[in-house]
Amino acid sequence: MPLYHNDDQAMLADTARGFIAEEGNIAKQLRHWRDRDCKDGFGHGLWKQMAEMGFTGMLVDEADGGLGMGHVEAGIVLEEIGRNLTPSPFLTSSVLAATALKHGSDDLKGRYLPGLITGDSVFAVAIDETAKHRPERITTRAEKSGNGFKLSGAKSFVIQGASADMIVVAARTSGADDDADGITLFAVPKDAAGMSHDAVRLVDSSMATHTKFDGVELDGDAVIGEIDGGRAVLDAMLLAGRVGAAAEGVGVARGAMDMTVDYLKQRKQFGKLIGEFQALQHRASHLYSEVEIARAVTIKAQQLLDGGSANAELMASVAKAKVAKTARLAVQEGVQMHGGIGMTDEYDIGLYMKRDRALAEFLGDAYYHANRVAELSGY
Amino acid sequence: MADLENFRAETRAWLEANCPPEMREPVRGEDDIYWGGRNATFKNDAQKAWLEACVAKGYTVPMWPKEYGGAGLSAPEAKVLREEMGRINARPPLSSFGIWMLGPALLHFGTEGQKQRFLNEIARGEIRWCQGYSEPGSGSDLVSLQTFGEDKGDHWVVNGQKIWTSYADQADWIFCLVRTDKENKYGGITFMLFDMASEGVTTKPIKLISGSSPFCETFFDNVSVPKSYGDDVPAYVGTINRGWDVAKYLLGHEREMISGADGGERAAAIGAAMKRHAAKTGDDIDPVLRAELAMFDVDALAYAAMGEKFLDEIKVGKAHPAQPNMMKYAGTELNKRRHELVMAVGGSRALEWESEATENGKPSKAWLRTKANSIEGGTSEVMLNVIAKRILDLPGA
Ligand SMILES: Cc1cc2nc3c(=O)[nH]c(=O)nc-3n(C[C@H](O)[C@H](O)[C@H](O)COP(=O)(O)OP(=O)(O)OC[C@H]3O[C@@H](n4cnc5c(N)ncnc54)[C@H](O)[C@@H]3O)c2cc1C
Ligand SMILES: Cc1cc2nc3c(=O)[nH]c(=O)nc-3n(C[C@H](O)[C@H](O)[C@H](O)COP(=O)(O)OP(=O)(O)OC[C@H]3O[C@@H](n4cnc5c(N)ncnc54)[C@H](O)[C@@H]3O)c2cc1C
Repeated sequence: MPLYHNDDQAMLADTARGFIAEEGNIAKQLRHWRDRDCKDGFGHGLWKQMAEMGFTGMLVDEADGGLGMGHVEAGIVLEEIGRNLTPSPFLTSSVLAATALKHGSDDLKGRYLPGLITGDSVFAVAIDETAKHRPERITTRAEKSGNGFKLSGAKSFVIQGASADMIVVAARTSGADDDADGITLFAVPKDAAGMSHDAVRLVDSSMATHTKFDGVELDGDAVIGEIDGGRAVLDAMLLAGRVGAAAEGVGVARGAMDMTVDYLKQRKQFGKLIGEFQALQHRASHLYSEVEIARAVTIKAQQLLDGGSANAELMASVAKAKVAKTARLAVQEGVQMHGGIGMTDEYDIGLYMKRDRALAEFLGDAYYHANRVAELSGY
Repeated sequence: MADLENFRAETRAWLEANCPPEMREPVRGEDDIYWGGRNATFKNDAQKAWLEACVAKGYTVPMWPKEYGGAGLSAPEAKVLREEMGRINARPPLSSFGIWMLGPALLHFGTEGQKQRFLNEIARGEIRWCQGYSEPGSGSDLVSLQTFGEDKGDHWVVNGQKIWTSYADQADWIFCLVRTDKENKYGGITFMLFDMASEGVTTKPIKLISGSSPFCETFFDNVSVPKSYGDDVPAYVGTINRGWDVAKYLLGHEREMISGADGGERAAAIGAAMKRHAAKTGDDIDPVLRAELAMFDVDALAYAAMGEKFLDEIKVGKAHPAQPNMMKYAGTELNKRRHELVMAVGGSRALEWESEATENGKPSKAWLRTKANSIEGGTSEVMLNVIAKRILDLPGA
């Protein structure tokens, strides 16, 4: 498969770009909700619009009412979300939770997918328990109780945890904390008793929760996939999420770069446009190169994932790490080249820096994924 | 697809029958590379047999049309051939600036007569070419070149000096940028082809930090260059005074090649190989070095994807015309980092300049050689200038 968008994908990209720039732009969404101290951190109206555009159910199989598209397509939407810093449950709901639900029973699919597709529901995922991404270690426990389970433990960095109608929770049903096996995934409904959310606003104005499960009682049919065999589903979900996060990161990097290059063409100092200074030109050109490369490997990872390749895991980590490094460069150079104005809240460039910081931590940062690249390569 | 699979099977069988076992070994020294030319000698019978087999099949230049000595392969077929050769570690049968640089320019700008004559000679490895672009005062600012060809009707008299002319002392012919109009900067350069044995051409090797002397100062003292070598075989490519267009086109190819965009070793991950190497020699890779290797592999594998994307886009005309500059910049900087890491993993062993264990300083010489990657064919700084100007459209660039 050639490493660029085919005609259908290019058309989707055009549509997504126009729509998200129009409806999901910084003034209309991120600043709007932030300045109103919105408790969700995103707008439900836009989520409904995204449903009307057919975005929300892109990764849902056609048999289940979705569009049955792939990660290249989802990545197209995510890149535009990143470019516009659009606060949206797309990554958690339409990519992560939707991937988990692919492995769910018909009953679970019937319960949750229609809401996702219409944009009436929002889902979250609860994986991490510490400040750094360590899905290898799961200590939250789900003990057999009657026909179901009793869930106890705590999760952190649950994006949109408080606003979600359902949270996909990775819990341990057997074995020791560091075992690969013994994991089970659960679809935990919003109103389950014994669940508490300590919501915090993050640096990028998004909302996350520290979520506690204090003997939350779950029916047996809340299980996604196999009991004790959830690691495979968790891995599939993480893989999709990482590739998706990489795509969003490419958007963040491109958005920051475009703003900066624009600024270089407008701002005058020493009687010249600052874009005439070679010191800045070279840094901008270097940044451009890195962004192109990060984008290429992200598309590669998307294609491998869609093709079911054994190499997808390695390339997903390469992409996540490369994008994390590149987006970091883009936002740092962006703020620096904006000079003092880059430090102000009024200018958008700083918002890119904040979003990059949060996105980099989500599902593993550059260090985590470089380490995985080493491990998967056998060193 | 089925056709490609057939082609793969045929190619595999052909390679099995025609590539001698001695040619399925990594290149160890300069004499393992066959450059061709009038004075070339073969290192052994296997090298000769391998070249002859490839020439007969058109595999020294697989994608060139058959009438010019190629095999007329499509891009996907050529990829299969590369993969199959890679699979058995087959050495390139012939290395040459004629194949990499002049050939593509002739295919694009040459007359039918020039193609018939020069491309076939190149494909058979009969004539070895060198590239006469740089001058002592004109490197990055190539268009300022001063070597002058005075028009004498049916010939020019060329005077001047070139520098950094790779393998000039071993080359048979030179493709050379010569000013033919002093008033016109860009529009006053002619792209000439002439014999290095012409009277008035002398070369003097320059020794490099890596110890070898692959390039020369080249002097032209009243060299007479005819305007034509026969019917439809002009001695210049393109149009007189419009050689800059040819030079630029060719530089694009050169940059692409130097960048390793085609996924050669420059775009490969090295961590696992370094670990195996260290295990063999009983050395350790400390955690910080491992981390650097991992970060390098991230960048290398990402660059490999970029290379693939770039070639895919070129095929359908989607790539930005200045994209080769980006590939060259990123690829060469990456390759320098690669060799820094190889040296770090090698430790004191990699410092041995003359020893059997290092095959006479192979790692350190390779390491030093890579430093030229970001200079030859246009420096990294110049690549960044081009990106700023032609892609980012920055002011005054
Ligand atoms: C937190 C903060 C506190 C401050 N406090 C004060 C204060 O108390 N009093 C006060 O007077 N000022 C203050 N400043 C202003 C500060 O001195 C300026 O922001 C600074 O001098 C840069 O100018 P600028 O913001 O206009 O950026 P610009 O000059 O517009 O620079 C934009 C970008 O272009 C680059 N650039 C500009 N010229 C060149 C060149 N010739 N070559 C290469 N690159 C170039 C810059 O490095 C920068 O990256 C403060 C700034 C900040 C951020
Ligand atoms: C291994 C090798 C093989 C070569 N083979 C050949 C060959 O076969 N034929 C041939 O003709 N030439 C050959 N060259 C020459 C090569 O093309 C030149 O070395 C190259 O173009 C740089 O020119 P220069 O060496 O004169 O450096 P200069 O142009 O003098 O540059 C010196 C430094 O200044 C920087 N610089 C120059 N201009 C600018 C600018 N505008 N902005 C910012 N920085 C700038 C450069 O980046 C560099 O860092 C070869 C070089 C090497 C190293």
